[in-house]
Amino acid sequence: MSSFVEGFLRGIGVGSVYALLALGFVIIYKATRVISFAQPALMLAGVVLVSHLAVPLGFWGALPVAALLTALLGLGIERGAVRPMIGRPAFVVAIITLGVDVAIRVVVNIFIGLDVRNVHDPWGLGTLVIGDVHIEHRHIAAFLCAAVLVAGLFAFFRFTRMGLAMRAAADDQEAALAQGVSVGAVFALSWALAGALAAVGGTFAAAGGSFDGTLWLTALVALPVIILGGLDSLPGAVVGGLAVGVAQELVATYQNHTPWLGGNVSVITPYVLMLLVLLVRPYGLFGTREVERV
Amino acid sequence: MTVATKAPRGRPLLFTSYSREMGLFPTTTRKVAFGVLLAVTALLPFMLADAELQLLATCCIAAIGAIGLGLVTGYAGQVSLGHAFFLGIGAYTASVISGDPDGRTLGLGVTNLLVWLPAAGLVAGLFGVIVAPLATRLRGLYLAIVTLGLVFIGAHIFNEWSSVTGGVGVGRPAPTLEVFGWSLTETTASATRDQKLFWLMAGLLLVFALAARNLARSRVGRAFTAIRDRDIAAGVIGVNLARYKTIAFAVSSFYAGCAGALLFTVTGFIEPSSFSLLLSVQYIAMVLIGGAGTISGAIAGAFFITLLPRIIRELQAFLPFISTDANEVPNVLQVESILYGVLIIVFLIFEPRGLFGLWVRARNYWKSWPFSY
Repeated sequence: MSSFVEGFLRGIGVGSVYALLALGFVIIYKATRVISFAQPALMLAGVVLVSHLAVPLGFWGALPVAALLTALLGLGIERGAVRPMIGRPAFVVAIITLGVDVAIRVVVNIFIGLDVRNVHDPWGLGTLVIGDVHIEHRHIAAFLCAAVLVAGLFAFFRFTRMGLAMRAAADDQEAALAQGVSVGAVFALSWALAGALAAVGGTFAAAGGSFDGTLWLTALVALPVIILGGLDSLPGAVVGGLAVGVAQELVATYQNHTPWLGGNVSVITPYVLMLLVLLVRPYGLFGTREVERV
Repeated sequence: MTVATKAPRGRPLLFTSYSREMGLFPTTTRKVAFGVLLAVTALLPFMLADAELQLLATCCIAAIGAIGLGLVTGYAGQVSLGHAFFLGIGAYTASVISGDPDGRTLGLGVTNLLVWLPAAGLVAGLFGVIVAPLATRLRGLYLAIVTLGLVFIGAHIFNEWSSVTGGVGVGRPAPTLEVFGWSLTETTASATRDQKLFWLMAGLLLVFALAARNLARSRVGRAFTAIRDRDIAAGVIGVNLARYKTIAFAVSSFYAGCAGALLFTVTGFIEPSSFSLLLSVQYIAMVLIGGAGTISGAIAGAFFITLLPRIIRELQAFLPFISTDANEVPNVLQVESILYGVLIIVFLIFEPRGLFGLWVRARNYWKSWPFSY
């Protein structure tokens, strides 16, 4: 039983990271109707910035600065590669972000180099023991940080002028334009938000150990998450992220019982889960069904 | 009904019948150009060194795979990031059928190319049909992500199923290029291995390319383009969406399976981690840089992307700041990866029709010269 609870709580911790990454995808999708395949590169850039800045600034100083710089990088991508493509089919823009991702990751990998890098986080692999259940500090921290950020984001969308503008632009771009909403600013802000979220999520994904260039694969797990939750649903991203995290960690806990599936089957759990959900609900759990006009 | 099969004299671009416009080679110029291209291809092995021929043979195989992706993504408009998965299915089906029965990895010992090549295509095509129900339910970006999931699931299976794939870092031998026990690539007095390899792959590319062109101009191909342009409108005019999307995936996967089976015969070894997302991205890049929705574009894109490392290595002589040492910055490998990304972006922003579009521009310029229209 305690291994189940441990797996579940670990899943919540890992899932919080996925939720943060998935929120970035969903925010960009809601504003621009584009899935950004550039998120892995943004995440890796954020993590590398933290690992370099944490030496002079300390972890808590480096995290906001890195998030800010990654937000600027997101802004740059939006201006340079995505804005010129307005009005073109969504898949073309998605492929462009794929190209951006490949190009940026090469540059970021140069800064990772061959040495072992870590984000100098204060938690390491320390654990909290309640009864016979061990919970890692970094998972608690990831969950708390995600909770604060998610609450902040929802408040932002609900109570601020800019949040209202973003919701309006997501609803109907032309109507929002007619009401004086600067849709360009909405695009820019959504990319910046997504960049910052990717940096924070990535940092928690890298916490507790060393990381290398393959960390970008973590950000791709956010893709099954957003499909699961529905592409245009913010609560869906959070619920989907936690669900995928828990599923993945529970499979990891019990995968020794199914050796015929091969080691590390937990790595592909999110994708299998996504395929199963899509067979039943093509628009995810919380996504809106598209209404098509010819 | 009489069908005019020839253009009126002196007016080669006046089409007097639909069937002639839809023809495989609608103008005399096309016929002549195709003949010249064939002749050059046949004579190329006498002009180039073996290393270059090997590279060009790889290009031909990649082109078969790119044509397959072009059919589903360029013609039918279904974005698939899962091409690496189907390439992998083909590669392993072929190598299991042709593998040594007493070897370390599973093998049936049927080394005949005429058996394992179609089998690889058919098994991959079957997987395409299995995936197709998802494709008929999903559209656009949802489909792209699902096919991306396929690559990860496939990569896991390829990495773990070591009795078939040999395991990560070890791999297994590629299928043998034999027909009825007669080796197609043995070095003889008249021709070297690489010369024969090039002829074989160029010949196969010709067969696959002509078949794809024929498919594209048939009823099925027109249904594909109708779905790409507007799937609901296509459904309204009576195109059976589920059926034609399934056909598109099946044919595309068949091509991928065949390409996957052949791809590793050049180097002779298959390593399971080859079938990663990067391979899928390379094929997407081939189709988009070459020109989506054209067969010749897919071929041009495949040659361009496959030759890219070589082109950069040649350029390196002129750009001394790029290092060939993998430990220095910037090195050849980094420039190559960045170029994949940058080329995709540049082509999509400035010339969405790809290399094919550049060719059309150049052709139209000289066709109407000295006028600008």
